[in-house]
Amino acid sequence: MRDASILAVRQLTKSFGALRATDGIDFDVREGETHAIIGPNGAGKTTFIGQLAGNLRPDGGRIVFGGEDITRLAAPRRARKGLARSFQITSIYPEFSALANVALAVQAHAGHSFRFWGDARRDRSLMEPAKKILEDVGLGARASELAANLSHGEQRQLEVAMALATRPRLLLLDEPMAGMGAEESQRMIGFLGTLRQRYTIVLVEHDMDAVFRLADRISVLVYGRLIATGAPEEIRANPEVRTAYLGEDA
Amino acid sequence: MRSRILGWTIGVALLIVLPPVLLALGQPFYVDLVRRIMILAIAAVSLNLILGYGGMVSFGHAAYIGIGAYAVGILGFYGFFNGWLHFAVAMLASALVALAIGAVSIRTNGIYFIMITLAFTQMLYYLGISVAEFGGDDGMRLKRRSELGLVDVNDPVQFYYLVLALMLIAVVLTHRIVNSRFGLVLRATKSNEARSRAIGFSPYPYRLTAFVVAGAMCGLAGALYGNHTNYITPGLMSWQQSGDIMFMVILGGMASTAGPVLGAFALLLFEDFLSGWTQHWQVILGPLLILSVIFFRRGLAGILYKPDA
Repeated sequence: MRDASILAVRQLTKSFGALRATDGIDFDVREGETHAIIGPNGAGKTTFIGQLAGNLRPDGGRIVFGGEDITRLAAPRRARKGLARSFQITSIYPEFSALANVALAVQAHAGHSFRFWGDARRDRSLMEPAKKILEDVGLGARASELAANLSHGEQRQLEVAMALATRPRLLLLDEPMAGMGAEESQRMIGFLGTLRQRYTIVLVEHDMDAVFRLADRISVLVYGRLIATGAPEEIRANPEVRTAYLGEDA
Repeated sequence: MRSRILGWTIGVALLIVLPPVLLALGQPFYVDLVRRIMILAIAAVSLNLILGYGGMVSFGHAAYIGIGAYAVGILGFYGFFNGWLHFAVAMLASALVALAIGAVSIRTNGIYFIMITLAFTQMLYYLGISVAEFGGDDGMRLKRRSELGLVDVNDPVQFYYLVLALMLIAVVLTHRIVNSRFGLVLRATKSNEARSRAIGFSPYPYRLTAFVVAGAMCGLAGALYGNHTNYITPGLMSWQQSGDIMFMVILGGMASTAGPVLGAFALLLFEDFLSGWTQHWQVILGPLLILSVIFFRRGLAGILYKPDA
């Protein structure tokens, strides 16, 4: 294990009945890199991300984040330690404005919320950073719109904005391009391209164009096992990967 | 926003002038009725905090009405008549029971939550029936009403204004809570729990706190209700009573400031009107309630106001 690993996963296993969805995975994320996870449908990508984020309990193995064993921590604790995630299926607060969505994430990072009196929507220490982040992701003009009324692409951006608002040390992005049209996808790739310079990112994505443009390293997951990890050109050249996965595309 | 302030101003002004007008018209009964409505409105406001804003469908909220009322009755039974003590004990005991019930039930969801809260309240109901010392099934008459010093609860009109003031305090307090940081966590978690957890909120302590605050507030309503009826029975904790309070919230408009108050007035005034008209009034009320839920999904408050962004 290199010292610069911010996330180190060792021998992670998770079964659903007879199905080994995660089968002894070793996985490292280096500080500052964008590490993509690819794999065919049903390879166990979302199960793996779920265990990293704390939504699923692994059956065995260890997850070390920033030098601390977080294997047994619940999702909210991990989030407060700087592990932020976006969901494959859009997960926002539809009845709240875009600004309120992000402000809640700012609030979550600002410590406990056992404050019962002051009006949180007039709290500048929440609203100012939230506004700034919305502008950063290009939703500044939509701040007061109900999140439910945003377009699908905008909702995906909002989700990333909420992840950013928690000031994460590691971003877990689960198919941020899911359900997007070609044009929206290109815009999102451009946006993620700006993020990768500032954040450490684990990116699960089907869109190979996005993966090869954004990733510093790629890990290939097939039937719950990581069959290869390496730079994009190594992965492209790896014969095992070609047969197992890229073969379908190439 | 402006229409809300106007609405509240008119509503409160009406409630302030109501007693002298009713007495001048020779209708003291309606002072009692409106007082009873306002007491139950406090209970509905408290339920709205957890049901409307927190998404916790408690089907046992009448427990705290019973606890509050019995606090008054039992303290009086042992010769304690200080009203402030009554109110404090009613709220504290309700908060403690809410803490115990909430600690267990908030770990569950959906239908299980409904059933567990109902089961706990049924337990208290049967406890009330079984304790013969405090009247058991027959209930108990208050030896004396709460003695508050400033306000004479035996005077129907003074009691009325006390209840009005406390109801407004409950409304303002709840309004502040649901717009605070705490309240936003509660509402956001109702909207999307997975999202809340993913940004770092553990829902449990927030929900439990809201549950306890709602219990305490409803306990105060119970203490007032005991004084209002002057007679306490386990029936205060019946599931029908819980259902009535829940209905006030749903009819009035969940997660709105004025909703539970409007719901309490609408339900109980309509009930009074229909029952004066026919003894089979429930046959009419039932279907009307169902229709109102189908057609006014945001309740009476939803007809009067546009939703918050």
